[in-house]
Amino acid sequence: MSFAFTDDQKLLAESADRFIQNDYTFENRRKNMEMDGGFNRAVWTQFAELGWLALAIPEAYGGLGGSTGDAAVLLESLGRGLVVEPYHSTVVLGAGAVAAAGSEAQKNEILPEVAEGKRLLAFAHVEPRARFTLNHVETSAIKDGGGYILNGEKAIVHNAETADTLIVSARTGGATTDHDGVTLFLVDPAAKGVTLRSYPTIDGLRASEVTLEAVQVGADAILGTVGGAMPVIEAVVDRACVLLCAEAAGAMDAAVTLTVDYMKTREQFGRPIGTFQVLQHRAVEMLGAKDFSRALTYRAASVVDVADPRERARAVSAAKVEMGRGGKTIGQEGVQLHGGMGMTDDMAVGHYFKRLTMIDVLFGNIDHHLRRFARLG
Amino acid sequence: MELILTAEEEAFRQEVRAFVTAEVPEEVRRKTMTGFRLSKEEHVTWQKKLFEKGWVAPGWPVEHGGTGWTPMQKHLFEEECAAAGAPPVIAFGVTMVAPVIMAFGSDAQKDYYLPRILRSDDWWCQGYSEPGSGSDLASLRTKAVLNGDHYVVNGQKTWTSLAQHANLMFCLTRTSDTGKRQEGITFLLIDMEQPGVTVQPIKTIDGSTEINNVFLEDVKVPVANRVGEEDKGWTYAKYLLGHERTSIAAVGRSKAQLKRLKTIASVEMQEGKPLIEDQNFKEKIAAIEIDLLSLESLVLRVLSDESAGKGPGPEASFLKIRGTEVQQGITELLVEAVGNYAHPYVPEAMKTGWNEDPIGPEHAASIAPHYFNWRKASIYGGSNEIQKNIIAKAVLGF
Ligand SMILES: Cc1cc2nc3c(=O)[nH]c(=O)nc-3n(C[C@H](O)[C@H](O)[C@H](O)COP(=O)(O)OP(=O)(O)OC[C@H]3O[C@@H](n4cnc5c(N)ncnc54)[C@H](O)[C@@H]3O)c2cc1C
Ligand SMILES: Cc1cc2nc3c(=O)[nH]c(=O)nc-3n(C[C@H](O)[C@H](O)[C@H](O)COP(=O)(O)OP(=O)(O)OC[C@H]3O[C@@H](n4cnc5c(N)ncnc54)[C@H](O)[C@@H]3O)c2cc1C
Repeated sequence: MSFAFTDDQKLLAESADRFIQNDYTFENRRKNMEMDGGFNRAVWTQFAELGWLALAIPEAYGGLGGSTGDAAVLLESLGRGLVVEPYHSTVVLGAGAVAAAGSEAQKNEILPEVAEGKRLLAFAHVEPRARFTLNHVETSAIKDGGGYILNGEKAIVHNAETADTLIVSARTGGATTDHDGVTLFLVDPAAKGVTLRSYPTIDGLRASEVTLEAVQVGADAILGTVGGAMPVIEAVVDRACVLLCAEAAGAMDAAVTLTVDYMKTREQFGRPIGTFQVLQHRAVEMLGAKDFSRALTYRAASVVDVADPRERARAVSAAKVEMGRGGKTIGQEGVQLHGGMGMTDDMAVGHYFKRLTMIDVLFGNIDHHLRRFARLG
Repeated sequence: MELILTAEEEAFRQEVRAFVTAEVPEEVRRKTMTGFRLSKEEHVTWQKKLFEKGWVAPGWPVEHGGTGWTPMQKHLFEEECAAAGAPPVIAFGVTMVAPVIMAFGSDAQKDYYLPRILRSDDWWCQGYSEPGSGSDLASLRTKAVLNGDHYVVNGQKTWTSLAQHANLMFCLTRTSDTGKRQEGITFLLIDMEQPGVTVQPIKTIDGSTEINNVFLEDVKVPVANRVGEEDKGWTYAKYLLGHERTSIAAVGRSKAQLKRLKTIASVEMQEGKPLIEDQNFKEKIAAIEIDLLSLESLVLRVLSDESAGKGPGPEASFLKIRGTEVQQGITELLVEAVGNYAHPYVPEAMKTGWNEDPIGPEHAASIAPHYFNWRKASIYGGSNEIQKNIIAKAVLGF
């Protein structure tokens, strides 16, 4: 296990950081958020041209074959910019599921288009009553000739309204929380019976409640083996958690830097507030929170591609717990140390706080991952 | 751990409970409980109702319209109001500027303003903070220059809560630059509805606009609207800040929110069981409940010292610190409780007249915005760091 970045990773980080600094300013992000569908298509095309969408897609399908560690490097930079484009939905979760479970034909059809920026995906797995239990799937898939009929509800599906293809989990067998019996399907969001109720999220993204009512899909819509999707879903979500932590590491880094800079310039009582030792220690705690979380995240990134499911789960949950705690420290303290300014929508620090808080909630909060880690022994 | 009440206190509690549960409209109750913004009308209507009952200013001396209640009665009143979802009485008039006018104002000011405050005829806002003067309030620079029978005021106030509703502002201005900074400040009562006063909303991280910039350009303020003496405003300002810290603790409100947290945690399901049955979550609630119990105990102690004639000491700063920590702790657990449904941000769902189906459980809509909004509590009213500085200096003698 190496804890050093490769030369390629260093180059990637440099170019991605440069892009964020020059092209993805706080003001540009705000404009992107307000565009149709909640992000900027031109930026997405740029991501494709830079090879960022291809980064972690296998070489055989138009990708660059990068590791999860490589993707983490990119996501850390994107986190600094609070990027709103659908990287997690399309590339991490969507393409991740297709790469892990798809047939040759499906991979050949979908992955190159993702890499080129021509196809957007959304991962419709979580359900309204599932909370953080991954194998809680009520949506049903009933056999109908060669295909299936889907009925159910999916919750907080990020970027569903702009997706060309939804990846939907449904039960072909078993009871609501059984590990066996879950199947993944490729679903056209324009298909009859698919209804989206779309809304902004508090951290500036877009999501939808997806209702499936007697949605007919053919046999070619099945992604992977019938009834055997849970191990795939677990692997895809674990990897997504690490990459969310990587994004969070970038967001934490930016929030710490902003706060420290503010403390050095904001004067009260005739001197910069950063000269008050009691505040210096708070900033030190923030920096430590970021450093520990980031270190554990990269360790988890190197584990997810190779470890057995138990080791993988432990590494991911540990990273997610550390990220949740660090994000809370940095978000809350970042706002506090900015005083009234920290409460304003005009200052970036509050936006980092909101994103960090929501990353904690995604795919299980601190308590969920603590419990999972403890159960794994 | 319930308070042990005498028969009279229990009877009083029942009387208040009967009144507030009957009089708070359902829509207002729902908004107060969930942290949705109330309209100006909803606040004023409620305050007028309290006025008619004689209960709008329990903290005032009886001769000015107070209730003459014991500390325990005041505490029970606050608790019952919060439990019933009554809007909190807006502090700027009744609990902030009124005691200053009583202690330092002219007879004319007392006669004019105090009855109007009781009747909620005016909406006051607090013009203390400036862009360059937050924690270091005494550095304020908004200038007031005496010109015959009036002052001409120029400068900028900021973070002014609910200034969009206000027709009056109590304002700290600089009248002298010589000597100690604290000795050149003058306390003025400013009519907001006149040329030269511009109110500009500031959007906060939860998307709401409760705070404002207030620009003052050649604003005329009659000398008759000065409270007390010129250059002595700092004394009055501090008197106000030290006053009613017990109400900032908001024990009643936190009790009501804790109850709401328990209700939500008993319908949110985790792995087939109500979240409230999760030992870890239960202990987190318990920890906050204990913080709240000790806070309530200290509040009651400070209140009885007050009624025995001792002003609130600097220890009252603990009430602000602990009170806001408890409030923030509850908002944090609420976010945990709703799980994935912390994500949707649908501000329309928090307004009157929204009748679409909620996204996720109905109780979830305001929870994340409220969590982010409530980070303000450790910043305003003198930040919690400043409160600790006060204790360190005034109590520990550093
Ligand atoms: C078990 C043990 C082993 C040790 N071994 C060694 C050794 O091998 N070699 C050696 O040289 N020394 C050693 N020390 C001494 C140690 O370095 C000192 O105790 C330490 O530097 C603190 O100094 P002090 O005891 O004079 O406390 P003080 O300096 O008087 O400090 C008292 C308290 O004030 C705090 N404080 C002081 N200055 C500041 C500041 N500027 N900001 C914030 N807080 C402050 C301290 O953290 C402490 O809590 C050892 C001490 C212990 C307890
Ligand atoms: C929602 C909201 C509503 C408000 N409403 C009003 C209102 O109606 N009227 C009004 O006049 N004001 C109002 N305020 C302003 C509030 O009182 C100030 O924000 C507060 O006093 C802090 O000042 P500041 O924002 O300038 O922060 P700063 O003073 O710049 O403080 C920044 C950080 O430094 C810390 N700090 C500063 N000095 C020290 C020190 N010596 N030691 C340790 N730490 C220190 C602070 O605690 C804070 O964490 C409101 C603020 C908010 C957020």
